[in-house]
Amino acid sequence: MAFYILRRLLQAIPVLLGATFLIYFMVFAMPGNPALALFGERTPNPAVLAQVEARYHLDQPFIVQYLYYLGNVFRLDFGTSFSGQPIGETLLRTFPVTARLAALAILFEMIIGLAVGLWSGLRKGGVFDSVTLVISLVLISVPIFVLCFLGQFFLGYKLGWFRSTVSAGAPIQDLILPALILAFSLVAFNIRLTRSSVIETAGNDFVRTAYSKGLRRSRVIPVHILRNSLIPVTTNLGADFGILLVGATVTEGIFNVPGVGNTLYKAIVIGERPTVVSFVTVMVLLYLVVNILIDLLYAVLDPRIRYVK
Amino acid sequence: MNAAAASTADAPLLQVRNLHVGFRTQNGVVKALNGVDLTLHEGETVAIVGESGSGKSTTAAAIINLLPGSGQITEGEVLFQGRDLAKASPRELEDIRGRLIGYVPQDPMSNLNPVWSIGFQVEETIRANGLATGKKEVRAKAIEVLEQAGLADADQRLRQFPHQFSGGMRQRVLIGIGLAASPRLLIADEPTSALDVTVQRRILDHLATLTEDAGTAVIFITHDLGLAAERAKKLIVMYKGKIVESGPSVEILQNPQHPYTQRLIAAAPSLASRRIAFSGQELGSIEHVAANESDKVDLITAAERRVENLDAKPSESVIVVDHLTKNFKIRQGGFRSTEFTAVDDVSFSIAKGTTMALVGESGSGKSTVAKLLLKLEDATSGTITINGTDVASLKGRALLNLRSRMQPVFQDPYGTLDPLHNIGNTIAEPLKTHGVGTRNERRDRVFELLDQVSLPRVIAGRYPNELSGGQRQRVAIARALALKPEIVILDEAVSALDVLVQAQILRLLADLQGELGLTYLFITHDLAVVRVIADNVCVMQRGRIVEAATTDEVFDNPKQAYTRELLDAIPGAGIQMGV
Repeated sequence: MAFYILRRLLQAIPVLLGATFLIYFMVFAMPGNPALALFGERTPNPAVLAQVEARYHLDQPFIVQYLYYLGNVFRLDFGTSFSGQPIGETLLRTFPVTARLAALAILFEMIIGLAVGLWSGLRKGGVFDSVTLVISLVLISVPIFVLCFLGQFFLGYKLGWFRSTVSAGAPIQDLILPALILAFSLVAFNIRLTRSSVIETAGNDFVRTAYSKGLRRSRVIPVHILRNSLIPVTTNLGADFGILLVGATVTEGIFNVPGVGNTLYKAIVIGERPTVVSFVTVMVLLYLVVNILIDLLYAVLDPRIRYVK
Repeated sequence: MNAAAASTADAPLLQVRNLHVGFRTQNGVVKALNGVDLTLHEGETVAIVGESGSGKSTTAAAIINLLPGSGQITEGEVLFQGRDLAKASPRELEDIRGRLIGYVPQDPMSNLNPVWSIGFQVEETIRANGLATGKKEVRAKAIEVLEQAGLADADQRLRQFPHQFSGGMRQRVLIGIGLAASPRLLIADEPTSALDVTVQRRILDHLATLTEDAGTAVIFITHDLGLAAERAKKLIVMYKGKIVESGPSVEILQNPQHPYTQRLIAAAPSLASRRIAFSGQELGSIEHVAANESDKVDLITAAERRVENLDAKPSESVIVVDHLTKNFKIRQGGFRSTEFTAVDDVSFSIAKGTTMALVGESGSGKSTVAKLLLKLEDATSGTITINGTDVASLKGRALLNLRSRMQPVFQDPYGTLDPLHNIGNTIAEPLKTHGVGTRNERRDRVFELLDQVSLPRVIAGRYPNELSGGQRQRVAIARALALKPEIVILDEAVSALDVLVQAQILRLLADLQGELGLTYLFITHDLAVVRVIADNVCVMQRGRIVEAATTDEVFDNPKQAYTRELLDAIPGAGIQMGV
């Protein structure tokens, strides 16, 4: 097992190098001189400009700039933004907010997805199942910003249950509404998956055998049907968590969540290269780690899977 | 318990009256049972026999009200100890299942939940039926149940998962679960059909001892007439959802009244004595022969004809296998691995136009030999020579040519046909791969092949899920014959089929061999089938050939103890037939 994890982590290194290289290259290719952007409306003195360029190694060729950057990252120095703030601090401030939002959203998605999916799967073709099918199709088709605005308007403004935007420090109670919206945007697929998985499991011979042993329905459903259906569902939830962890840009923007997606978006708009590259690098790393964790979780859920190589 | 049993001793334990079961489909209700009547007394064993689709499993499921899918009891009653189970509430049924009626299902592979340990699944049965309370007591009882079912090292194996158990051991677990609560009635639905004959024998002997000791009544369901007669004094023959004949086993076997029973007896390979001959008649007529009930698929007379022709055969060897060995590496966690010898110094040769049978239990290495011959695996040492060419050196085009002359048919007719390709395309695929003919020529060849295997031409447009198991296996044979091969390797090609279908396929293979001069390597665990299809037999055990001789020699005068064990395990071998 430890051998397997080590191997997966080693595999992550080339992926990480390749990803940062590509990101750095794309950001490098963005039009405009980033040093000029620092001065805003003013036209800088050429000597000052050259000094700034030298300080950020902007006068060097691309590959040298990349190696400088990489060297710094290995020392956990992500550089400073144009406003002079260390990027490392920004990372430490924003990632916990996004992680909280993502965890809350996944929790909602899991509860709704499993409950609704199990119920429709057990009563395939019934009224509840049909209504759920229609609602999930609607949820899949509606863009997330529409859900955000509807939630903000009705739940936030009209009913006043939640604050329409997240206040400073992103307290948990303010994150409930955006998390709920994110969960709704993802839950439709999860419901379908749980439903089909429950239907498939319920048709297995071992379920019939479980009944023949004299087990009650209230035991067979959670222990022999739901438990086995969890395998694909959990994998999907894990993947969703990975997606949410790297930032729900639109939702964070609308609710003004001081998270990763929001910060990254602002950095892209003003062309802040070091911030963009650092954020994306950490995102790639997180995504890889989440995926390894999903694979390990898979082995916990299904005893037939053993990682030996 | 004893007092209750004694008081109801003269009343039947189970009485099924006029039972009708239907399955709801898109085209209305399909009837699966049409008025089944059955009476069973305490401690009695009765066997229900019939082909798949005859309603025998449906009868079993209806008794405990666990009909699959849309199945429903539409009429009749199931009286168990005087209570009608057809009208019982779910709660009442939950109390009866497991505690009073035990059930041993058919397929040990699919009937244990793969994500829970064996111990967990036995323990939940014990708790559900209130056989013990408290962690330690339940655990002790679970060990007791499994040991009784014949798992010697049960206490160490409780934590293991189903995939770590062999088929035979899983079946023992299921038998243990079925008998855990010492039920008054045990329904065993083909409990050993998925197992080797020798394992089957051991498990059924054990089951018989357990149920006799406890005075449990047993409904034993099987498609194997010989097995049924051997295991039960009373026999019920089912056909198309009805009971066509019932009575004492020996009487039915020696003097069958119903034409269907007569056909079943004639077709049972375990009861036939000789090799099937090339029948000489038009191939297309086989289907209607089988369809006509009075005209039996009679393997015995056909076999006798074949034997007379046998001596005239030329003996030119098509396949020569010399000192063949195959080792597999088995990983043992970390970096360690051990060598496992699947095939150990095996030598044999097969003459043109004859059938050689490779027999042995699962794990004896017979399927590995097939894979080596087909060059799906490479040999560790030794040589395989086909038509004078050493296959080890073949690559690319030469290998492709070899494969066109040697085609396989595998066991599972459900797994070997691509569900997304229609039958026509499936049969034409080898022709396409080898670039034979134009589109139209290929279509004509497909029709010709369908005729050869006695399938109607319209089937070319259908998909595998629309065919029966026997039809699928015919398609697999047609596909194997598409390239006009000289050699056909049949790996358990009839093991998954019902006796009647099996007889038809064996007959078809014999006829095709006579007509096309095919050479067969026939791999099976079933010696009964060997008798009717093979000229020569090699018996394999743990990777080695322990006995090689002509079929008659092996059957009449087996040299090895292992061969004798296999022969003894053929169900119903000792029963005298009267057809």
